Amino acid sequence: MSKCAEVVIIGGGVIGCAAAYYLAKEGVSVIVLEKTDNIGNGASSRNGGGVRQSGRDPRELPLAMYGIRNLWPTLSEELGVNVEYHKEGNLRLGKTEHHMEILQGLTDRATACGLDVRMIDGKEVREINPYLSDEVIGASWCPTDGHANPLKTTLGFYKRARELGAKFYSGETVLEIKKIKGKARQVITDHDIYEGEHIILACGYESRAIAATVGIDIPMRKELIEALVTEAEPKMFAQMLGTADADFYGHQTEHGSFVFGGASGMEDVNKDNGMQATSSLTAPCICRGIMKYIPKLADAKIVRTWGGYEDICTDGVPVISKIDEVPGLIIACAFTGHGFGIAPTVGLLLSQLAMEKETVLDLSALRYDRFKAVI
Amino acid sequence: MSEVNDRSRDIGPFVPAEDDDMIICRCEEITKGEIRKAVHEGMYTLNEVRRFLRTGMGLCQGQTCGKLVKSIIARELKVSPAEIEPATSRAPMRPIEMKIFAKEAKEVE
Repeated sequence: MSKCAEVVIIGGGVIGCAAAYYLAKEGVSVIVLEKTDNIGNGASSRNGGGVRQSGRDPRELPLAMYGIRNLWPTLSEELGVNVEYHKEGNLRLGKTEHHMEILQGLTDRATACGLDVRMIDGKEVREINPYLSDEVIGASWCPTDGHANPLKTTLGFYKRARELGAKFYSGETVLEIKKIKGKARQVITDHDIYEGEHIILACGYESRAIAATVGIDIPMRKELIEALVTEAEPKMFAQMLGTADADFYGHQTEHGSFVFGGASGMEDVNKDNGMQATSSLTAPCICRGIMKYIPKLADAKIVRTWGGYEDICTDGVPVISKIDEVPGLIIACAFTGHGFGIAPTVGLLLSQLAMEKETVLDLSALRYDRFKAVI
Repeated sequence: MSEVNDRSRDIGPFVPAEDDDMIICRCEEITKGEIRKAVHEGMYTLNEVRRFLRTGMGLCQGQTCGKLVKSIIARELKVSPAEIEPATSRAPMRPIEMKIFAKEAKEVE
């Protein structure tokens, strides 16, 4: 038996669910296939919730800026789910002169793309956020950045797409994409065969093995990153925080808990038992980092930690592209740990690609065939 | 190989009940009605209900309400509670202050 829709989406994460929503909204029939038992089980539910433009590569910055102008402000109303979007700025903190040089470089590149981001000194940092320690000597400040709740955003897209008629199947492992008469047509799973006019492949690192079944390779690797969450605290500050060193990032949620991500420096060699398990070294390391920047949080209780895989592209920005050699196939993967903030934009762009419409943004810098050897 | 879960199958309509106001997750104050409604909105697993409503995300980490939430989801889906996978358990076992957690290694001050 084969199940048919105009578009078959492989991957039930925030990208797949967003694409399903924007397609279903236009009346296009959609099937979404998710390998695990849960919708949004990968990086979609395991990220820091940043909705940020500053610090982004100029190739993907327009996607972030478009989403913050046009999609994020009304997303809760559109989906009927409070996605807890707050546009209250992003501080990227520096503690040394070297940090300030890194921040200056990021700021110069972003302002060249028309983004309102500027360098501020320690005094101004503490006027914006009085909880930051004196070790912070400056920051880059982007007032239009913010954060949202990734769990509710992902499940909100899922819920609304499902209400609009999109079909979702979890527990379906995709084994292969099969061409018929030179065009991507069938998606073979361990249980069934699905057919679509267009196939969107958006399942993180796992996209690589599936793309290989039609002879396409996306040069990426996966890396486990970790995060922790505190008990609910009285409201302290609303900005998203990051650091020049990238040693931690996070924000206080609407619920009151703080979500912080960070690294132990041993991510490259993390024991990969396939379970997205946390290491005993990382969370304490994140705690030490946080306490240096925000001493007042030393008494906050940690209630939970988690790990998740990033799909890291060799050149640091995602692939969002039609595939010339495989007509009908669209790939969106290798988001490199900053896919959540641009997910609504990517979902919209994917829906436009699948409907053969002109996309609202130029995607030529994110093509699948941009990778070249050094010599 | 996991079971295929068709999220569009007919589980019947959401019918309000008298005890919908009963609090099930005490830490996050989530009611039975909210959980039942979430199932009808497509949240078919404990992890999904947890991520959508915050059940089991408070101080006790679901050690109190986990089984109750599971049985409510099972009843709405008309399946046995044994078919519903438990939510993922996560370190630390008990809430722990950041300044204590930070001292996991002896050499760290």
